[in-house]
Amino acid sequence: MVKITIDGRPIEVTESTTILQAAKLLNISIPTLCHHPKLTPFGGCRLCIVEVKGMPKPVTACTTTVSNGMEVTTYSPYLEELRKTVLELILSDHPNDCMVCEQAGSCKLQDLAYDYGIRENRYEGERRIYPNRDGNPFIERDLEKCILCGRCVKVCDEVQGVEAIDFGYRGFRSKICTNYEEDLECEFCGQCVSVCPTGALTGKQWKKKGRKGGQVEVETTCPYCGTGCNITAHVKENEILKITSKEQTWNEGWLCVKGRFGYRFVQSPERLKRPLIKRNGKFEEASWDEALDHVARRLSEIKEKHGADSIGGLSSARCTNEENYAFQKLIRAGIGTNNVDHCARL
Amino acid sequence: MTNAISEIEGMEVIFIIGSNTKETHPVIANRMIKAYRKGAKIIVADPRLIPMVKFADMHLRIRPGSDIALVNGMARVIVDEGLLNKEFIREKTEGFEAWKASLEPFTPEYVERLTGVPREDVARAARIYGSSRRGGIFYTMGITQHTCGTDNVTALANLVSLTGNIGRPSTGINPLRGQNNVQGASDAACLPNVYPGYQKVDDPEVQKKFELAWGRPLSPAVGMTSTIMMNAATDGKIKALYIMGENPVITDPNMHHTVKALESLDFLVVQDIFLTDTARLAEVVLPAACSFEKNGTFTNTERKVQRVRKAVNPPGEAKDDLWILSEISRRLGYEMEAEPEKVFDEYSKLWPALSGMSYLRIDRHGLNWPCPSPEHPGTPYLYKDGFPKGKVPFISVAYQLPAEVCDDQYPFVLTTGRNLFQYHSGSMTRRVEQIEAHAGEPYVEINPSDSENLGIRNGDTITVRSRRGEISIKARVTLRVSEGTVFIPMHYREAAANVITNDAFDPHVKIPELKVCAVNIIPSAVSAV
Repeated sequence: MVKITIDGRPIEVTESTTILQAAKLLNISIPTLCHHPKLTPFGGCRLCIVEVKGMPKPVTACTTTVSNGMEVTTYSPYLEELRKTVLELILSDHPNDCMVCEQAGSCKLQDLAYDYGIRENRYEGERRIYPNRDGNPFIERDLEKCILCGRCVKVCDEVQGVEAIDFGYRGFRSKICTNYEEDLECEFCGQCVSVCPTGALTGKQWKKKGRKGGQVEVETTCPYCGTGCNITAHVKENEILKITSKEQTWNEGWLCVKGRFGYRFVQSPERLKRPLIKRNGKFEEASWDEALDHVARRLSEIKEKHGADSIGGLSSARCTNEENYAFQKLIRAGIGTNNVDHCARL
Repeated sequence: MTNAISEIEGMEVIFIIGSNTKETHPVIANRMIKAYRKGAKIIVADPRLIPMVKFADMHLRIRPGSDIALVNGMARVIVDEGLLNKEFIREKTEGFEAWKASLEPFTPEYVERLTGVPREDVARAARIYGSSRRGGIFYTMGITQHTCGTDNVTALANLVSLTGNIGRPSTGINPLRGQNNVQGASDAACLPNVYPGYQKVDDPEVQKKFELAWGRPLSPAVGMTSTIMMNAATDGKIKALYIMGENPVITDPNMHHTVKALESLDFLVVQDIFLTDTARLAEVVLPAACSFEKNGTFTNTERKVQRVRKAVNPPGEAKDDLWILSEISRRLGYEMEAEPEKVFDEYSKLWPALSGMSYLRIDRHGLNWPCPSPEHPGTPYLYKDGFPKGKVPFISVAYQLPAEVCDDQYPFVLTTGRNLFQYHSGSMTRRVEQIEAHAGEPYVEINPSDSENLGIRNGDTITVRSRRGEISIKARVTLRVSEGTVFIPMHYREAAANVITNDAFDPHVKIPELKVCAVNIIPSAVSAV
């Protein structure tokens, strides 16, 4: 354990702790852009710079580990001026089109520009202009909004193990590249979308579906495989606009392509909307009373004629516990047979 | 799973057999990758070059259906090299000596011949797993969907008993459930032999308990499994079926047989969110709400009961399943509760493992069963304090051939499964336009040397034929499958793998052998031009 002070407040932490982590323990917030708690530190954006007594220049809090007796200052007019300059430089090469950006309201860069009151920019100059021409159906990549924080590169490698993207070129021409700069070809888990701090990576599905305002967030469980990831459905006017997952869930906010992008079946025009009864080989719409009476009558007839064991029920691994409980109870107690099963074997 | 998913990152050795984890359980694969980054060794046993192999120390490319030979071969190495956990075997198991004798035939030569895995690799894998006391085994349908599925699982359980790799954090045996609530549907007893919580229907005491709770006399006779029901329908013994949220026409083996069975019924009612291929055969179709349109709980593969919450209203007049069930039940003269939370409370009172749970307690973080009292924190990993039935028996299992083996007429092995983008019968994912745009076309994976021999090019439409039927499908020439093996994902109704698959099943639990059948590949006339 080592003892340090941050802004004059003492704390004792383990040796491998970074200044940023130690500050968090003291509830001192240091501005960051490229840092993500689930990814390895990068030190790319230089916003988290702090002063350490005895060191000639400010250091990045996310990559510097503590050492005994360290005295750290996180806020000073000098540091704030440097941070503002860093932001101005980032914004000098950014479209600044927040009025039409999907991420407005949930953009870390926008929040920081707001915090530092940046409207005029001292560093206006050349901007990187990239055409958008990615044919994949899931992820919108707007490289002009990319601030090269590298979170997407890290999550794709460290968490997903796919390495579909990486930094390419040098200096002003640096950009996040796919293999041979072709269309994005990957698992489309969208982990990169979830960690992107700006509007550079968004879901094509929720384009123009509305921004943060007016949405209700519903915490629920993914309907696909048995992993049971916790998901958040963003809902507006009875429509699911997008699915996300929060960082503090047990699945750490990670999802797969089905969980993140596979929800539009809910609004499919092919959904069944009314009960159907087949007459002379053709389905006809029926009222609920008609359909339910029909089912009950047919089941009763067959039970009377052939016995309860001539009836069987197949329940669903897609349905809830409550529904499955009720289903087998209906078959066992309501009809009187143990002929009940579900698709566990398939 | 005996472990919690979060415990995976603490494992020292991860042995994946018959699970394409990165495509079928991607977020569990993320945890495995996390363990890998911390230095865990990963062994993958699979006939295909699945994505998880990228992170594996070893890929044991076994022949489909040879799992018992591999696992028994590994066990023999562990015994011979003294890597076994003597203390665990002495205190927690029984029948070791007889079982040990049963390993005798599984010599390195014999195992190599049956599995196709070099003997040195079998030995090395055995040493890696056998030397660890913090190892986890992971399997899915690649182990269970065989006529010897139960024996496959038993062989793995023996391996666990041999090393004592169970009952501790990050140490255990973990079947990964393939569907969101397959664990919960089993727990809630949509099974023919048990009441909720795996309480046996043919135990008179148990029967009495449920008769009292449900206020009705109950049948003491064990019912039929789904595979048996289909046969019974064809034979006229089952006259009516009520199917809720399942699509057996696509998911069951031997599709022609399934369709015939459903057509022989006097009455079929299907309750679903779409007019599936199964629903088309019904007399009555009842429109249901999907999981974004109702309240309730799901139980995931690690036994965690989690909330499902209503986000939107169902379309048109569609209703949630609980309402539909209670309305039918009422019409049959039996009143049932339709409010999810009340149903949960009724259910949890009947099974001690859930009796400490309530919606209030589950709320945001869920709870892993067993959770027997309102103060109990839930149980992330099982068997901390020993096993429910006392000592664990070693049970000998012999190698057996699949129900259908290759011959001159059907020289290829077909194995089936899922891909990353689609899900099960496809009734949900195939209606997501983005997924369809990316992965909407059926295909058969075939090894380049096989395709070259047959004069098939990548993208050619070819015919895959078995004794039960044939389909036309595009060839995907890839090294993912070995020579002599082809793979078809199960999701695509227009080229349904289950037209061809074998409906032979495991005698104990009636799981069909979807992972192995013999087929022939016929290049189409068009592609020969």
